[in-house]
Amino acid sequence: MELQGKAWKYGDDIDTDVIIPARYLNTSDPQELAKHCLEDLDPQFKEKMTAGDLIVAGDNFGCGSSREHAPLAIKAAGVSCVIANSFARIFYRNALNIGLPILECPSAVIDISEGDEIKVDIDSGLIFNLSTEKKYQAVPFPDFMQELIQSGGLINYVRKQVKE
Amino acid sequence: MAMTMVEKILADHAGRDEVSPGEIVTASLDLVLGNDITTPVAIEEFKKIGVEQVFDSAKIALVPDHFTPNKDINSAQQSKLLRDFAQEQQLENYFEIGEMGIEHCLLPEQGLVHPGEIIIGADSHTCTYGAFGALATGVGSTDMAAAMATGEAWFKVPETMKFVFNGELAPWVSGKDLILYLIGDIGVDGALYRALELGGEAVSNLSMAGRMTMSNMAIEAGAKCGLIAPDEKTREYLAGRSEVDYKEYLSDPAAEYYEVKEYQVEDIEPQVAYPHLPENTRGISEVEDIPIDQAVIGSCTNGRLEDLRVAAQILEGQKRAPGVRLLVFPGTQNIYQQAIDEGIIATLIEAGAAVSTPTCGPCLGGHMGVLAAGERAIATTNRNFVGRMGHPESEVYLSNPAVAAASALAGKIVSPEEVL
Ligand code: SF4
Repeated sequence: MELQGKAWKYGDDIDTDVIIPARYLNTSDPQELAKHCLEDLDPQFKEKMTAGDLIVAGDNFGCGSSREHAPLAIKAAGVSCVIANSFARIFYRNALNIGLPILECPSAVIDISEGDEIKVDIDSGLIFNLSTEKKYQAVPFPDFMQELIQSGGLINYVRKQVKE
Repeated sequence: MAMTMVEKILADHAGRDEVSPGEIVTASLDLVLGNDITTPVAIEEFKKIGVEQVFDSAKIALVPDHFTPNKDINSAQQSKLLRDFAQEQQLENYFEIGEMGIEHCLLPEQGLVHPGEIIIGADSHTCTYGAFGALATGVGSTDMAAAMATGEAWFKVPETMKFVFNGELAPWVSGKDLILYLIGDIGVDGALYRALELGGEAVSNLSMAGRMTMSNMAIEAGAKCGLIAPDEKTREYLAGRSEVDYKEYLSDPAAEYYEVKEYQVEDIEPQVAYPHLPENTRGISEVEDIPIDQAVIGSCTNGRLEDLRVAAQILEGQKRAPGVRLLVFPGTQNIYQQAIDEGIIATLIEAGAAVSTPTCGPCLGGHMGVLAAGERAIATTNRNFVGRMGHPESEVYLSNPAVAAASALAGKIVSPEEVL
């Protein structure tokens, strides 16, 4: 699967409270959540971005709460992929489970500037910076997680298992 | 092969003789937890799986604690989903308002967590039960849904970091300060993807409440879980609360650790974490003049009886500073009742505190104490991210209950020594 869009760049330790503040958690409707995606970090984010764009961030993206509303908000806002140096573990799990593509790739993060046009091949983990014509290889997912991703997330995976 | 506690627990629950860090295993679960924010999504996902019944109606706990007693119509709808699901599935551990508490204070009190178990909860502070020597970790709603259907979850076996706290605590220093100190030392991603093992004389000397405070904040160092070896205190706490047979696991002396670190606790003073990360810690003697608008005592970190006792000890016979709002949230109905019986609540109210029924309320900026722009709070909670307690331009400082109570009296962040 190939994804392409513009990069929006943020720093380290972007927590789930700024990704989707608790004041909006009285609903789990993805479209409602999407309206407030990253609101406390970058209030203009929703207006500036267009569907397909990527978030590029530093260490420990998604730290804090276990709220799945965070990757849901990002996905429903139309963000195609998050590239970071590292992800907080619950966010990592949640993103895989709900089918939000994420990649760990410090060499790409350090090079990519805000606004660069990025293309990602999710299956191979290859990241192309079309603005600078550079190419990066993300950390590959272990086999089990590949299987999860190919099943289309955890629920589909479990549904298959339950049937067997 | 020599193994750590976490490795042994995972091996046993995966039906294996041994496991090593990095492996992915499927393990059976002893308890699955959810709250009023995360469970509605889990119920929706559960219904897609195609099973009628949850794997075990005794092994799922639902606690409506975040936006309850419901703060608005939407949250009332969310809570109703939990209530209906609990009824439909005949869940034994659904806790209604009036008997509920903040989940991580409530489940141990109800005798629902034991050494050696694997517990997952759709709440990041599920790691609290590490204080019992359980592998307890936070997950999202989809993991909770799959777990409710199958009674299993996948885990990557984590490496373990061991922290040994030697020596005796100085006055007004508590489990909260030890864990804040640790987070200040290694950072909010210092234990990313890894397990913590917390031990040493100072940890052994803590009560179960103090130990739960420490394990509670393992997630604030990025850890998957934070275990403390079970001992006589653990057994005593569980006696009378639970009839369940459990198995205690201890790390082998030759077990391999990612890192072993020792601290001498005499060197640790009460800690304050500055906005906007729990790692921004300093000793109380290094805190400058920081006026506060609100002091919050409670939460799954510090809402237990001994926390309220310490607060009352400091507030006794004194009055909060003019203009400071002092909010106290007992962790459970039992804690609330005991605090009334001991006269703690009367002392707090005489000192000018507003005391609430158990709720997460202000801890996550939900209700019952949301901050306005430019306002500043000191709180015994566990997170001080941007906007955590309300307006994105408000600030949260984290501390232990003694410092929070003293600060309420002084109107600025101070050491308990300064108000006694
Ligand atoms: S008290 Fe705060 S940290 Fe604890 S479960 Fe509630 S919202 Fe989460």
